Amino acid sequence: MLGALPFIILAFVYVIASNLRFAENPDDKLLPTPSVIADTVKQYSIEEDRRSGEILLWLDSWASLERIAIALAISAAIGLVFGVATGVIPLIRATLAPFVAALSMIPPLAILPILFIVMGLGEVAKITLIVIGITPVIIRDLALRAGELPSEQLIKAQTLGASTWQLIIRVVLPQIWPRLIDSLRLTLGSAWLFLIAAEAIASTEGLGYRIFLVRRYLAMDVILPYVVWITVLAFTMDWLLKWIRSRACPWIEIGMAR
Amino acid sequence: MARVTAKGLWKTYGDHVVLENVNLDVADREFVTIVGASGCGKTTFLKMLLGIETASRGQLLIDGEPIVPELNADRGIVFQRYSLFPHLTVLQNVLLGLEFERSRLVGRLFGTSRRNAVAQAEKLLESIGLASSRDKYPAQLSGGMQQRLSIAQSVIRRPKILLLDEPFGALDPGITLDLHKLILELWAANEMTIFMITHDIKESFQLGTRLLVFDKVRHDPQAPDRYGARVTYDLKLKGHKERALAVEALPA
Repeated sequence: MLGALPFIILAFVYVIASNLRFAENPDDKLLPTPSVIADTVKQYSIEEDRRSGEILLWLDSWASLERIAIALAISAAIGLVFGVATGVIPLIRATLAPFVAALSMIPPLAILPILFIVMGLGEVAKITLIVIGITPVIIRDLALRAGELPSEQLIKAQTLGASTWQLIIRVVLPQIWPRLIDSLRLTLGSAWLFLIAAEAIASTEGLGYRIFLVRRYLAMDVILPYVVWITVLAFTMDWLLKWIRSRACPWIEIGMAR
Repeated sequence: MARVTAKGLWKTYGDHVVLENVNLDVADREFVTIVGASGCGKTTFLKMLLGIETASRGQLLIDGEPIVPELNADRGIVFQRYSLFPHLTVLQNVLLGLEFERSRLVGRLFGTSRRNAVAQAEKLLESIGLASSRDKYPAQLSGGMQQRLSIAQSVIRRPKILLLDEPFGALDPGITLDLHKLILELWAANEMTIFMITHDIKESFQLGTRLLVFDKVRHDPQAPDRYGARVTYDLKLKGHKERALAVEALPA
């Protein structure tokens, strides 16, 4: 309950500030009053757009969520395969680790133009940007975690007759799952950053696209609810991942409790 | 059958001599306890038996054949800690060895073969007093229970040689006695040769049929790594039966 206090204070301060500005100048654009915001939200979330006939908020949300979901799935898959392989198999570690380390230092936004040139302005480039941005982090994180498994465990498994493949699927992977979910949660912020950056530059729909579109008209009454909405979406995804982790890996919680 | 022979065995890391000239002949189904100061190559010797370290000079033979320098199900090991799989329940931990053996591709059993394996695992859990904890995770078990489970986990694959690296080092004395009984029972029931490192001299006498002491004979104060350890005492202890009875008579 106490956690709600800062939110309430923030909302309160905003209402007072926007009312003060409204009293000074009824045409103020910077801090639109709650009633103006409510009208805009209604217009974007219920009414169809006059030009396209679509309901804009849902159109944008769906487009963005689809991109981020695909990108997260691809990143998780690549991260899992390469992370576990680099963490467990010394030969692969020696080959790949320096490359991944260097790759993860490239600022993804710096290669965005390359992606647009090579892949065009479609969905592929945007999804690729997110994947390039977060996958090296996931690979390195998972490789570290896999390397941290006690050597006693790995030796024990092999004395029980495990082949490298069996070792990976029965001992390493199950213990890496929860870490993969944690990794995704941590990279979620970056994923949204790259998504909005890509949408801002070349897109025809999406949450980031809309924000940067209406920026030209100083439409804070659109931008602010969109920012809140993005935050809610990101928060929900984070919560969902956390929930999946606790359901899929009950042993983690038990280990923590002790 | 697992007769272990060491002939002029040396282990060196560069200039650092760990073991020098170890000669041994251990008969099948002996229970060898190993004591010695820290850094005297006990664990190195165990690792060589396990196959993750190779001899620098000399030979280590099992049944007359040079030891295979890789980990396999012929030789089981129980460490002091960390040898259980935290993501598997007690039953699954024991089942794992059977699943590795019988399902090469996916490492999981289904249907009848799974039921058979579960029955075998449950029988073993019953005999070591862990049947009621079958669905718990290792983190929910006490230290003694965890070591019980770790031993059972290794024994289910029926290794020819079981290696124990200070298995009871982190446990309370009362619990250790129970585990002594357990390990002797399992040793009697499964035809295996046991090598056990311990810091507890009393334990080494009570359990072993043979006691090895690893120690450095020569010292060079200027170069402490110049000389390695060898087997300084090799004691034949009382026969299996007598000693089993002696342990039986220990206060529980």
